[in-house]
Amino acid sequence: MSATTAMEVNIEARRILAVSISKLYASRSQRGGLRLHRSLLLSLVMKSARDIYHSSRESDAPSEAQSPPEEPMDTSSSPELPEPQPEPLSERNSSETAVKESDSEEEDYESDTTEDKENLSPARQSRKRRGKASAAPDFLPNKRARLEPGEERYAAPVASCRVGAGESLTTLSLNQVIPAF
Amino acid sequence: MGEDAESPKINHTFLRDYVTEADVISTVEFNQTGDLLATGDKGGRVVIFQRETESKGESEEAGEVGDSGEYNVYSTFQSHEPDFDYLKSLEIEEKINKIRWLPQQNAAHFLLSTNDKTVKLWKVSERDKRPEGYNLKDEEGRIKDVSTITSLRVQNSLPCGFTVPVLKPTDLMVEVRPRRVFANGHTYHINSISVNSDGETYLSADDLRINMWHLDITDRSFSILCDPDLFSAEFPPHHCHVFVYSSSKGTLRLCDMRASALCDKHTKLFTPFTNKSFHHQCKVSNRETQFFLSGSVVSECPAHPQVHEYLRSKLCSLYENDCIFDKFECVWNSSDSVIMTGAYNSFFRMFDRETGRGVTLEAWRENSKPRAVLRTRRVYTGGKRRRGDVGVDSLDFTKKILHMAWHPAENIIAIAATNNLYIFQDRVNPDAQTQ
Repeated sequence: MSATTAMEVNIEARRILAVSISKLYASRSQRGGLRLHRSLLLSLVMKSARDIYHSSRESDAPSEAQSPPEEPMDTSSSPELPEPQPEPLSERNSSETAVKESDSEEEDYESDTTEDKENLSPARQSRKRRGKASAAPDFLPNKRARLEPGEERYAAPVASCRVGAGESLTTLSLNQVIPAF
Repeated sequence: MGEDAESPKINHTFLRDYVTEADVISTVEFNQTGDLLATGDKGGRVVIFQRETESKGESEEAGEVGDSGEYNVYSTFQSHEPDFDYLKSLEIEEKINKIRWLPQQNAAHFLLSTNDKTVKLWKVSERDKRPEGYNLKDEEGRIKDVSTITSLRVQNSLPCGFTVPVLKPTDLMVEVRPRRVFANGHTYHINSISVNSDGETYLSADDLRINMWHLDITDRSFSILCDPDLFSAEFPPHHCHVFVYSSSKGTLRLCDMRASALCDKHTKLFTPFTNKSFHHQCKVSNRETQFFLSGSVVSECPAHPQVHEYLRSKLCSLYENDCIFDKFECVWNSSDSVIMTGAYNSFFRMFDRETGRGVTLEAWRENSKPRAVLRTRRVYTGGKRRRGDVGVDSLDFTKKILHMAWHPAENIIAIAATNNLYIFQDRVNPDAQTQ
């Protein structure tokens, strides 16, 4: 597809993603509680929009790249949203935590490769190009806490999105709202 | 409203919207004979209409059906109240999601009504006699001491006797009493209930699970299905061992309860044609299961492109204003030849199963007078524009017809348009069989 339509698709996919996320957040406060079916549909739309967003970014990438044009996105390190077929018990939680998981895992990935990156001197900053999918999409607000002067940022441990070590909880609690379900 | 001419014109529209939110009708259901029509609203109330039996006088001629009776309010009661789930810190809406009538077995009528979490069985009975003639109190108004009573007579009792009360005719009173409350059966929101033809059991379905209840037992139910893709479930009219449930992907699964206790393996699977696009996944989910009344064939809404095809270009805006999540009910007529469903702009549509042809009608008081013939409407999608056509961009998406019911024997339909109930009759072909 041409560059302009790829750009349009990209923008549209981003917009739909933003709308979906805001709907998902808004549905938490609606009367009667979360509607499972609606949340599932929203997460399906988000997944499709995200796939389209990434695939349109791929085709947007400099076409002179010699790599094969259409790499399937599954090979990337981006976390997959859970399929809507799974065990019923985890279903609802997974659709709710899908957004959180994808954010937290992307952050973890970030922190792995960019540990202490902010404090590195420019000369020593890694030149490694991060995978596109792992970069936080720019339509999402920055979730990193603002540091007070004199504070240091501690790297979150790798498996911190799973409830485990106590310190990982305190690291995350500032950045994420965990629904009380 | 013209009392104070000096005060500026106050805009009451917000008040109107606020006041009538609870009046929005959320379900409509005829009983098995069609004489009673029940509606449930968002405020948790149920209103029952009864068809007036017209007196057959001079109008009775050979072959003439006579004027059909009108539906008037029979009874109103508060079925569900707003509730709170303390464990999850969630409000439970009182909105009535479904009403189902039980087959009538005696003079009283029974119906099941459900909100998101609780199903209730209500008994609707008439009382047109009242016992009179009690003399439980003496002349001074004190209640008589039972130990002093020595006789019981029909009338003219002695001071030391009770009078047997006599039943006297009185104005008709309709009493509605809750008989059973089936609570705590569902973790998710109940979307459908269906009464079994055996008259003893019914099923309730939420987003994930189908429970089977016995009408007399409220403290336990059987979970007969767990499926994350569940949309609605229904018993057929004549077979008590099978049921059907639909999924959000538009598939229907038929399950036989005789095969095993847990019906997660379906007996039959019906799959319609589906497109692959993320918005279409939402559209496909707007279906409801409805059996043919003959019970022998299972069917569902006709393919969506036929019904809402003109909305395809507006999918994005429908998604943003949440209209894409609207669930339109589909209902069949009694002879299964015509299916009807709702749309936006107070339109509703009927399709003939044989020919596939459809007609669009409007349920909007200001555009038609009572007893006038409804004129057909059309959504303009291109080509030659006719007078009265409505463009896709002029459709009012706040006026949606989601709930409707078709009389079980005649061509009478009840359409719920927000907080109004419209009842239409086909005077040309009143009986379904003549079509």
